[in-house]
Amino acid sequence: MKSYVLNIIQPVGEVPPPEVLEPIMARLAEVRRDLERQECWVFGRGLEQPEASTVVCMRGDEMIATDGPWTEGKEHIGGLAIVKVKDLDAALKVAARFTQVTGLPIEVRPFLGEG
Amino acid sequence: MIERVFREEHGRAVAVLVRVFGDVDAAEEAVQEAFAEAVRRWPREGTPAAPAGWIITTARNKAIDRLRREAARAGKYAQAVLLNAAEPVEAAAVEDDRLRLIFTCCHPALGMEARVALTLRLLGGLSTAEIARAFLVPEKTMAQRLVRAKAKIRDAGIPYRVPEEGELPGRLSGVLAVVYLVFNEGYGGREELGAEAVRLGRVLRELMPDEPEVLGLLALMLLVESRRGARRRDGELVLLADQDRGLWDRELVEEGQALVRRCLQIGRPGPYQIQAAINAVHGDAARAEDTRWDQVLQLYDQLMVVATSPVVALNRAVVVGEVRGAGAALELVEGLHLGRYYLFHAVRADLLRRLGRDAEAAEAYEEALRLTEDEAERAFLRRRRAAVSG
Repeated sequence: MKSYVLNIIQPVGEVPPPEVLEPIMARLAEVRRDLERQECWVFGRGLEQPEASTVVCMRGDEMIATDGPWTEGKEHIGGLAIVKVKDLDAALKVAARFTQVTGLPIEVRPFLGEG
Repeated sequence: MIERVFREEHGRAVAVLVRVFGDVDAAEEAVQEAFAEAVRRWPREGTPAAPAGWIITTARNKAIDRLRREAARAGKYAQAVLLNAAEPVEAAAVEDDRLRLIFTCCHPALGMEARVALTLRLLGGLSTAEIARAFLVPEKTMAQRLVRAKAKIRDAGIPYRVPEEGELPGRLSGVLAVVYLVFNEGYGGREELGAEAVRLGRVLRELMPDEPEVLGLLALMLLVESRRGARRRDGELVLLADQDRGLWDRELVEEGQALVRRCLQIGRPGPYQIQAAINAVHGDAARAEDTRWDQVLQLYDQLMVVATSPVVALNRAVVVGEVRGAGAALELVEGLHLGRYYLFHAVRADLLRRLGRDAEAAEAYEEALRLTEDEAERAFLRRRRAAVSG
């Protein structure tokens, strides 16, 4: 078994209104329940908007925290899920379900060191 | 002799070893070593009765030796692989492995360039230098491309298996696209690639004899290949209508046509089969003027339904020109958005010429010349332009 992170790639901008978002969230929960039944679900959550993020880095010896710098990008990671499945094909199948529900592209990326 | 065995058996040997050892790099290295040993021993000891089996067994033993050495350090994983590796290899399993290898090399998670390089390297047994030469890139670039592709197979967990029935059509068309791309590179003048694509096409037919699109692609390649000897004269491109049909390779024509007939029996047409059928119609015509253009047009109408694209529409327009005249064809061509494709301008120029609109034709030939670098095509276009420039 291999672990993959599924990054949901979201365009920067307005968040859809609740009446659009709610049915999507309900269907995502359904996908999650399926994956839990198949014992390949590890973790998954949506993320707050990039304005809520903070970046920590070193300037010389000093540690500084700055307001999230990602706003100049056109897209950001809107949420992620971690699944544990047999191979890339299985991971792509899960990603396909998320894409179908959200209409958003998903980056499927393997974790390091499980080759 | 060893060279031939190398080309023919490389795919088989690598395919088996990938399954046994679960790693493309280890498999490839072991097969290389086995061939190196063949080069040393065969001339002295004679060629073994079953060269392919010898290569696979020797490669497997080399890989086992290496794993034993590593197992002392690496521990359990290598030991587990060693247990599997000692099993004898059965002939039927070899063919299954070869099929797995094809689908892994052509996995959609790999970029098209990587798929082509991997297929030629692992399945075709071409050296990195040969592939680099064929695609006009430095050997170092090609070597890096192969290393990256193999690393992605390993790190991303691209499976070594034949797709399930439900996903097979989609995945198979990806495999066929790789082979056809190799073939078209060959059409552009690099003959070794044309021959290699035909060979890969034959391997696919061997492995999937009931998939009509597999047969269709092989038929298409054979029929196009049959005209190779007639396609150029004194370094200049010769159009189908002007080719000396005596130079066509009749054996390839007949083999291609037999495959097209087999496809018709199966009765599940697809884009490659239809294109093959179009070429089979040309193969039937002893002289250009005997061509059954009505049949060709019917087939293009079918092709537009299953695989519509501006390029197909352009080719169909050429056929309309034969059936209904240059005026009708030009009307279709003018509606296409293919301004950056040299053949669009070449076709348009030819239609304008036939309609007596010489000045416009000359301009269109000029535009086509700006968009192609192929010397044979340029020679042809220059001569046509001169003819209408008066």
